Amino acid sequence: MKKLLPLMKKYMKYAVLCPILMVLEVAADIAIPYLMSRIVDVGIANQDIKYVIQIGLIMIIAAFLGMTFGVMSSHYGAKAGFGFASEVRMKAYKKIQGFSFANLDKFTVASLITRLTNDCNTLGQVTMMSLRMAVRAPFMMIFALLMAMNINASLASVFMVSIPVLVLAIIIILTKARPLFLKMQTRVDRVNAIIRENLTAIRVVKSFNRQSHEEKRFKERNDSLMDTALKAITLIIFLMPVLNIIIYSTIIAVLWFGGRQVVAGSMGSGELISFITYITQILMSFMMMSMFFMQLLRASASVTRIVEILDTESEIKEVENPVKELTDGSVSFKDVCFCYPGSTEKTLKNINFHINSGEVLGIIGSTGSSKSTLVQLIPRLYDTMEGSVVVGGRDVKDYDIKSLRDHVAFVLQNNTLFSGSIRENMKWGNENAEDEEIIKALKLAQAWEFVSAYKDGLDHRIEQGGDNFSGGQKQRLTIARALLKSPRIVILDDSTSAVDMATDAKIQRVFKNELSDVTTIIIAQRVSSIQHADRVLVMNEGEIESLGRHEDLLVSSPVYREIYESQQKGVRP
Amino acid sequence: MKQKQLRPRDPKKTLLRLFSYFKYNLALFFGGIFFIIIGSLAEIGINGMLSPVIDTLVGDHDRGLFIKYLLIMAAMAAVVSSAQYISNLSMAKLAQKTVHKIREDMFSHMEKLPVSYFDKHSHGELMSTFTNDVDMLNQSLEQSVSQILITSVTVVGTFIMMLVLSPVLTAVVAVMLAVMLYSVRFVGKRSAENFRMQQAALADMNGYIEEMMSGQKVVKVFNYEDRAIDTFSKKNEELRNAGTLASTYGVMMMPLMGNLSFVMYALISMAGAYLVMIDLLSIGNIASFLQYTRSISRPITMVSNQLNTLFAALAGAERIFDVLDEKFETDGGDVTLLKDCEGRKNPCWMVPKTDGGNDEVPLKGFIAFKDVDFGYTTEKKVLNKINLYAKPGQKIAFVGSTGAGKTTVTNLINRFYEINEGVILYDGIDIKRINKFDLRSTMSMVLQDVHLFEGTVKENIRYGRLDATDDEVVEAARLANADYFIQHLPEDYDTVLTSDGQNLSQGERQLLSIARAAIADPIILILDEATSSVDTRTEKLIAEGMDKLMAGRTTFVIAHRLSTVRDANAIMVLENGEIIERGDHDDLMAQKGRYYELNAGTIELT
Repeated sequence: MKKLLPLMKKYMKYAVLCPILMVLEVAADIAIPYLMSRIVDVGIANQDIKYVIQIGLIMIIAAFLGMTFGVMSSHYGAKAGFGFASEVRMKAYKKIQGFSFANLDKFTVASLITRLTNDCNTLGQVTMMSLRMAVRAPFMMIFALLMAMNINASLASVFMVSIPVLVLAIIIILTKARPLFLKMQTRVDRVNAIIRENLTAIRVVKSFNRQSHEEKRFKERNDSLMDTALKAITLIIFLMPVLNIIIYSTIIAVLWFGGRQVVAGSMGSGELISFITYITQILMSFMMMSMFFMQLLRASASVTRIVEILDTESEIKEVENPVKELTDGSVSFKDVCFCYPGSTEKTLKNINFHINSGEVLGIIGSTGSSKSTLVQLIPRLYDTMEGSVVVGGRDVKDYDIKSLRDHVAFVLQNNTLFSGSIRENMKWGNENAEDEEIIKALKLAQAWEFVSAYKDGLDHRIEQGGDNFSGGQKQRLTIARALLKSPRIVILDDSTSAVDMATDAKIQRVFKNELSDVTTIIIAQRVSSIQHADRVLVMNEGEIESLGRHEDLLVSSPVYREIYESQQKGVRP
Repeated sequence: MKQKQLRPRDPKKTLLRLFSYFKYNLALFFGGIFFIIIGSLAEIGINGMLSPVIDTLVGDHDRGLFIKYLLIMAAMAAVVSSAQYISNLSMAKLAQKTVHKIREDMFSHMEKLPVSYFDKHSHGELMSTFTNDVDMLNQSLEQSVSQILITSVTVVGTFIMMLVLSPVLTAVVAVMLAVMLYSVRFVGKRSAENFRMQQAALADMNGYIEEMMSGQKVVKVFNYEDRAIDTFSKKNEELRNAGTLASTYGVMMMPLMGNLSFVMYALISMAGAYLVMIDLLSIGNIASFLQYTRSISRPITMVSNQLNTLFAALAGAERIFDVLDEKFETDGGDVTLLKDCEGRKNPCWMVPKTDGGNDEVPLKGFIAFKDVDFGYTTEKKVLNKINLYAKPGQKIAFVGSTGAGKTTVTNLINRFYEINEGVILYDGIDIKRINKFDLRSTMSMVLQDVHLFEGTVKENIRYGRLDATDDEVVEAARLANADYFIQHLPEDYDTVLTSDGQNLSQGERQLLSIARAAIADPIILILDEATSSVDTRTEKLIAEGMDKLMAGRTTFVIAHRLSTVRDANAIMVLENGEIIERGDHDDLMAQKGRYYELNAGTIELT
């Protein structure tokens, strides 16, 4: 929590004003029962109507003051709470923007989303509540206790019994309830998981007629959730009668002991009445504080998760005076080895090769991510363990990262488009691109033919995830987006798998001819996608098996030959 | 994405429908109400007792009476405590059980909805209804329902007691209550409006975060970070403003109501003092009256606090009921499948005859499309006059550019969607007549997107046929060439898969999905681009497995790859929803038409 406090600075004045005003409100509220006792014990006793009215008016003024302070306190509390939450959210988001691929892998998308949304919101709510409750309840209690003691110190000693008993009961019940609530959370997650599964896989469920099977699975989890929830609730609700019994016993005890004093004349009946009012106020404050503690517990989990983000640093570091210009598009790998953080197995071993500027290199090989990993080292999405990657004659680590990534266009395997117009998506490659440049890129990527078919052309909307486009169309759009960078090097990671062979061939020709000065690296599964490359790199189990031209590889590389033949089955006329 | 309705369309109707769910737990409901009434009455009673108790102190000091009154108070305190406990518990249990039933109903209803429903509604939307809306309902039912009941009983009962005690003071209370209720309305309206704006800002922010986090790697690759931070900062500000405003109004209710009730307190004290001075009231009466005012104002304050969440919960409940009101997938099929026909363990179709009795048509796997038209929506036709047939055991391949209608054709064979015109015949029977359950039990699909379920590898394969033995599971895995990689998993067949099988590679997941289809031993097999995202080595394994799987079964396969399509008995080339070329590979290559063009890439080799 301490780590997050500095973020409160901007809203500090509200964070301070809120509780102060709250205290003032409480003070005004506490005065009222006391004033009332004056009415009874002085006003009524002396039949002094003027006095009664005076005190009554003071009470009303006190109430209005209380209201003003209370409303202002709420406002400031809200400002502080939401302000704090928004500062934390912004800081966390900025941190995430600095995350490397390795950082993103560690956290998973779902947990990052929850942290930025639920956890930040919880933090805001709890802050707001703390500023009010955490101050109101204890102050209410202290003031009321002081007033009660002021009225009759010996009578107030009854609290020495009731308060500890209440605190003990609260502690016992809450400690027992906490693990149940945590368990409940897991059960909720499991129920949600099966709902999500069925939503996405409904076709599988229907085609295998597994509806009743799934219903049974669901019933199990739903029932188990209810069981745990009922247990937790039963426990928590038990607090109410405990509180009630303590309050009423205290009231009765006070009536008994206080009554004797009233009869003896050492205490006014008005004082007794207001004392009873204070009893409820004091004991209710305890309840509020315990509820507040429960909220705090829940929030502490959120705080931990947010701090985790703030504490994460990207491992990709820049040097002192990074180079911004790329002299040419040549790429070399020198003795490169790599393994993913947290893994002992080497994904890449002894990688050594060189590509000339403007060359088209195909990469093909066995399953597994070693091909993708290899090319991700070029724009420093990951850093090598050993050896070095050299681009344009310099080690990639010498470049300014942003410049490096501007010059190296990367089309990822998971091609993501964002909600917005086609134009907006294309502008990710170049903020200042004019429509002609965009259309040119779309033409090169063989995407213009379907984009131009839309009535709204470049303004046509891409829905979340790009679901309103087919797989092949999405891939071509992402290629166009990458081309808008006007890069020196383009890396396509299996970017034409959903595109039909004829269109694929056209794209290949574009890279070979129109974009001949751009170094192109294509990872593909189909030989047909890379057979026209200048050379092909054949990978096998994280190492380079061969490197050469298609015709030569057919002779020299068993792996290549095997792949080729399995894909060519039946072409022979 | 559709804008979420934040205000309930018809709160009364929704509330009544919610209440109808209580019928499953009537004992808890009535028990809860009964004890609420008892508890509230007893609480009123205790407050009433204050009057005589204090009067005995001030007046005649009758010790015996004093003790008697105290004992009565103690007894009532016991009643209040236990009654409140029972009623709170009953209502909380009622809430949990009601939500449990609603969840159950939603899930089983969802299982019966047509595929088109899932196309029209985004997953995010449905998940939100299932989780967020149900949660909000849960909370509201727990807190608000009993609160409202308690408030109603308490207010009515207390009011009556006050009238009995002093009509004059009651009039003062009534006036103040009117003021308080007016304030509730005033602040409440603004609070509700701002609350809705906050919800909208929150939804917008959440949507943005979800999209950006999912595509964060793309952000890095395009150096989009600064621009992302810019956009985020704007949305963050919006949320902050909306939230601050909404919370201010929302939280304001408490001090407002609390202090208005203190004003009421003050007025009562003054008026009451006057009445005592002219001997119309006793001091004890004032004590009681003051407690009564607290009893009335406290619950009113609590309820006014919850109004916003209550309305939001009702809006959520409406979305839940909308799902429950959706129509099921229609069936209308009277033809069923009989496992053993003529005592020979060969399945056949039981076709009811008009004059009673059934025709028995053996299950062979002959599919024919006659002049089939289809569109997902009425405006756009996706398939046009499709005519084709597949004899039992034949392999029919569909090729064509993306969006040409290949996947659509296969969605019609198993009646995921119903055709508009024409007829699809299965062993000579119109498939519209065949019961969907039985129809689908004769088919297996291996889809482009593989979906696996949480559970062991064994259970996932067994999904194809629940009563398969362990040996049969292994056999199916061997056929699909999946056995090898399964043996290399940490607990081979008992390895637990995480949701959607994410702890396996793409290729492994596809092999599993093939094993699952294999174990079902279907007459008709539908393969939808099953092998395109797998590397060539694994593809070879799959291809072999497929060949073994396809023997003796009618197969419809959609693919991009030449090798998959090469051995087909017939190839249908689809373009814009029509079959433009048909024949086997050699015929079509000779025609030098679209098929030839599609394979241009490979042709350049030879």
